[in-house]
Amino acid sequence: MSLSTFRFGDGNPQYDAQGRLRHLLNTEGLREPEMLQILDTAESFLSIAQRSVKKTPTLRGKTIVNLFFENSTRTRSTFELAAKRLSADVLNIAVSTSSTSKGESLIDTVDNLMAMQVDGFVIRHPEAGAAHLIARHLGDSALVINAGDGQHAHPTQALLDVFTIRRLAGPIEDRVVAIVGDVLHSRVARSQIHALSILGCPEIRVIGPQTLVPKELSALGVHVYHDLQAGLRGVDVICALRLQKERMESHRLPSLDEFHRRFGLTPERLQWAQPDALVLHPGPMNRGVEIASEVADGHQAVILQQVAHGLAVRMAVLTLLAGAAGGGENHA
Amino acid sequence: MRRIIRNVRVMDPSDGFDAIADLAIVAGKIAIRGAVAEDFQADEILDGAGLVACPGLIESSLQAHTPGHGRDGDLASELQAAVAGGVTQVVLRPDTQPVADTPAVLQEQQLLAEKLALARVQVSAALTTGLRGQALSEMTALMDAGARVFSQAKQPVHSAALLRLALSYAADLGLPVMLHPEDPELAAHGVMNESGLSLRLGLPGRTAVAEQVGIQRDIAIAALSGCPLFFPHLSTGGAVAAVKAARKRGEAVRCGVSIHHLLLSEQDVGFFNVHAKLLPPLRSLAERNALRRAVADGDVTAISSDHSPWGVDRESMTFIQAPFGISGVEWLLPLTLRLVDDGLLGLMAALRLLSTGPAQALGLPLPSLQVGSVADLCLFDPEAVFTLNPASGASRGRNLPYAQWDLRGRVRYTLVEGRVVFRA
Repeated sequence: MSLSTFRFGDGNPQYDAQGRLRHLLNTEGLREPEMLQILDTAESFLSIAQRSVKKTPTLRGKTIVNLFFENSTRTRSTFELAAKRLSADVLNIAVSTSSTSKGESLIDTVDNLMAMQVDGFVIRHPEAGAAHLIARHLGDSALVINAGDGQHAHPTQALLDVFTIRRLAGPIEDRVVAIVGDVLHSRVARSQIHALSILGCPEIRVIGPQTLVPKELSALGVHVYHDLQAGLRGVDVICALRLQKERMESHRLPSLDEFHRRFGLTPERLQWAQPDALVLHPGPMNRGVEIASEVADGHQAVILQQVAHGLAVRMAVLTLLAGAAGGGENHA
Repeated sequence: MRRIIRNVRVMDPSDGFDAIADLAIVAGKIAIRGAVAEDFQADEILDGAGLVACPGLIESSLQAHTPGHGRDGDLASELQAAVAGGVTQVVLRPDTQPVADTPAVLQEQQLLAEKLALARVQVSAALTTGLRGQALSEMTALMDAGARVFSQAKQPVHSAALLRLALSYAADLGLPVMLHPEDPELAAHGVMNESGLSLRLGLPGRTAVAEQVGIQRDIAIAALSGCPLFFPHLSTGGAVAAVKAARKRGEAVRCGVSIHHLLLSEQDVGFFNVHAKLLPPLRSLAERNALRRAVADGDVTAISSDHSPWGVDRESMTFIQAPFGISGVEWLLPLTLRLVDDGLLGLMAALRLLSTGPAQALGLPLPSLQVGSVADLCLFDPEAVFTLNPASGASRGRNLPYAQWDLRGRVRYTLVEGRVVFRA
């Protein structure tokens, strides 16, 4: 007798039952054509930004809620601007994290906003899986974009990073990329790894001390380095990560200076990589910790371009998801 | 009340009896196991054709949230779930609200259980006050109030020195102690197994090493006083091996495994499935297979559902916020029969792990269908296949990852001391 074993854990809620992308929760599991479609659409939005009239009517009449349970300047403001440039109405809600544990549940907050007939949520939350929970709850009734959930995922950041690499460093399928710093706690790094893998990056390296870059990361298909010089050798793109000060309190590092001594990106150390290797950073930077000012302000850094690209990528994501929800005219 | 069960396959792990027979139950005891004469006077005759009769199952760890706030179930709902699963005896977990560390709590639980008259209830008492691991509970008073076992539920005792004293003191009283072996600092605040998967999901991991370090410490400390130990829920092959080695040295240590750790793995967490959040966490497939081998080899004494119901309002929590546990006592038998279907165990061995096994581990009288034994039994249809629907359960908890699983084995009757407490 063969009995079925239905495993609920298998379901990826970013797709609907027909396999259409309804939410953007992570780069993990995205199909390559979908990712390319987002990147190509972002290219067209980049040119719109150069015009004197920067608005398109794509999302006219739609309401997008920026629901942020964590502080953010860059992500929140680029999402807001992206939605506004698409002519959507935008509601910004900043919820203090403490109120979720004692007061209203996350689902109740979302349901209350749904009662106001909104069309989509951009959500940032300090806990991994929060956006999945909401997407599973809402199903097809509104779109959900994960703008960062705990240490899990930050897909639009990863998309803007691969967009930047593709534009400024050439085809990802023959570029070696290194991610340097606190990978363990970084949702950006996780989403970058998935995005790069899907786009065929031949070699992804993660570099940092074992306390922040555990060997088990190799399960994600990356090469693990605990030595900066070895890790940077021959690399075309360097993605620095922000180092959180809390890591000192949890004894994962002796000090910020010690981290800089081993893994800080300085002009001298950049020479270990390919000449003119690109330097990315998701911001906000700790100058003098993970990145020296000379590098941050140097010609190899593309940190401000990343911000501009972020706007275009977020416009692309909103357009594609809202288009899919509105009957699929943009989904083809 | 006199009852006859005719033509039932009697499977009794207490003496290995396995044959089609009749059972006669008189005054709450098994009066006849074999052929019952046609003219035997009975108030009810149950047709046992196609059914298996076995000693009632024992759940060594049941969270009934009594005392508690009731939203996640209470003794009434959870004992109803137990008897619907063929379970005739449960050990209540002491991590209630308030904690079962005073005679008053144990008395309340027992009075309520008596009134409900469903499954037999054994109360466990906290080994340390508040389960905090800082002071010994009043163990003699708790024993006098009915405690049959001391337990730390899911709380390791942080201080090795205090654990030593607690186990020495408990050893004088002769009751077994249930421990959750885990180094609390290594385990930290992990919510799932630490592995490539937890890294992928960005969830704090709980390393398997924490269990292995914890169990070595607990076993070594127990050996100082000879206190009998029972680890009801191990999650790693290494921990089971440590218990096996201690038993070889003659130490009074036994272990159990939850059925979930034998059927599921960390992969079932999938995309943040809160129903696969367990303590100890579901481990890798390799660990699951090591546990299955240990069960097949007889190194595990008991299988438990580690019944931990929680109400629907917890469904809207993120994985990190959601409480640990699966509500599973009602499905313990059919889930365990999966192991039989997988060729891991014979049916008799499976029933032993659910009845006589937990009794041995807890120092309770061995359940049996031999003449003269208390008539606690379960009658189930081993061929009945059904699709599990969590909403159909008696438990208040709907938190189980087996929705839509096809299971084999349906409980038809549960009898406690000869009384039918469940029929379907």
